[in-house]
Amino acid sequence: MARRENSEINAGSMADIAFLLLIFFLVTTTMDVDSGIARKLPEKSPPDQKNDVIVKQKNVFDIVVNRNNQILVEGTDYVKVTDIKELAMKFIDNGGGVGNSIDGKPGEPCDYCNGAKDPASSDHPSKAIISLQSDRGTTYGMYVTIQNEIEAAYNQLRNNLSNKLYGRSYDQLLSDYDNDPTESLKAKIDNLKDKYPQIISEPEPIK
Amino acid sequence: MSKFKKKKKGLPAISTASLPDIVFMLLFFFMVSTTMRETDLLIKKPFLPTASEVKKLEQKSLVSTIYVGKSKDSRISGDKIQVNDKIIDVKDVPSFIYSERALRKEEEVKYMTTSIKADKEASVGTILDIKEQLRDINALKVSFSTSRGNDLSGNYK
Repeated sequence: MARRENSEINAGSMADIAFLLLIFFLVTTTMDVDSGIARKLPEKSPPDQKNDVIVKQKNVFDIVVNRNNQILVEGTDYVKVTDIKELAMKFIDNGGGVGNSIDGKPGEPCDYCNGAKDPASSDHPSKAIISLQSDRGTTYGMYVTIQNEIEAAYNQLRNNLSNKLYGRSYDQLLSDYDNDPTESLKAKIDNLKDKYPQIISEPEPIK
Repeated sequence: MSKFKKKKKGLPAISTASLPDIVFMLLFFFMVSTTMRETDLLIKKPFLPTASEVKKLEQKSLVSTIYVGKSKDSRISGDKIQVNDKIIDVKDVPSFIYSERALRKEEEVKYMTTSIKADKEASVGTILDIKEQLRDINALKVSFSTSRGNDLSGNYK
């Protein structure tokens, strides 16, 4: 009649149960962070208002994409989508003339541009407009790719300028601002956005 | 000497008692982070295009999603638009946004974003129609949902 010692409750199977649940949730988890290319649509103008803005042809970078996903820039050159970033950067950063006049003062030439200062290309980043006209039959993948290339061009220019002014890239500033939103960082980011504003126009699609 | 030996003899087994705790901790993490799929897709799952310059969408509660893709029935051609649990027409997009707005507080409305999850084979015409409808009702923040990646050649052929 040997009495057994009071043994501990065996907790070994507890792990199995927990594992079972764990595996279930592991399988069903979808950690999809929704990410994408953010765009702000232009506001609808009142119908009675005529607001035809006259823009010089040289300040518009024309991208037309047809239903076969072929791209034409400036009405003459047939290019690949991978070339758009380079061309757009060249166009925006050209700085061949003076910028918009602010408070009645005459516009100043772009002193931070590194472009060729070609008088036949855009005057100033604040005047440079990128126009993307697509066909209704263009595939969405192509459309997003072009949008992405335009975005990349602006980001690259902002990065370059940011490196020069603040010793850090624009992406770095943005992620720093996410972690620690301070006024000085915001001022820097706004300044960069101001220097290279995104002006993208999307005319009516080709029918 | 003998005392010293005795101590060495009984090597204790490694206690596994803390194992469940560890596993439970993992379990709770996944339980909390799990989101069960809320909407059943009535269209074919959109194959999102890839983009490198993506921004994360913050505040998921303020995002309304519009799906665009092909119908599951291969006989039906053209792009279908799905919101919540039904397939709708382009001209019903505003009423969807209005119903989404009604669920939010008034001051949050201007931060609401519309995420368009469209298949990369969808035609731009459909997307532009949706954008036009969104413009009409002043839902100006739009995000083209993409997956992150650097190789964009899969987007077009």
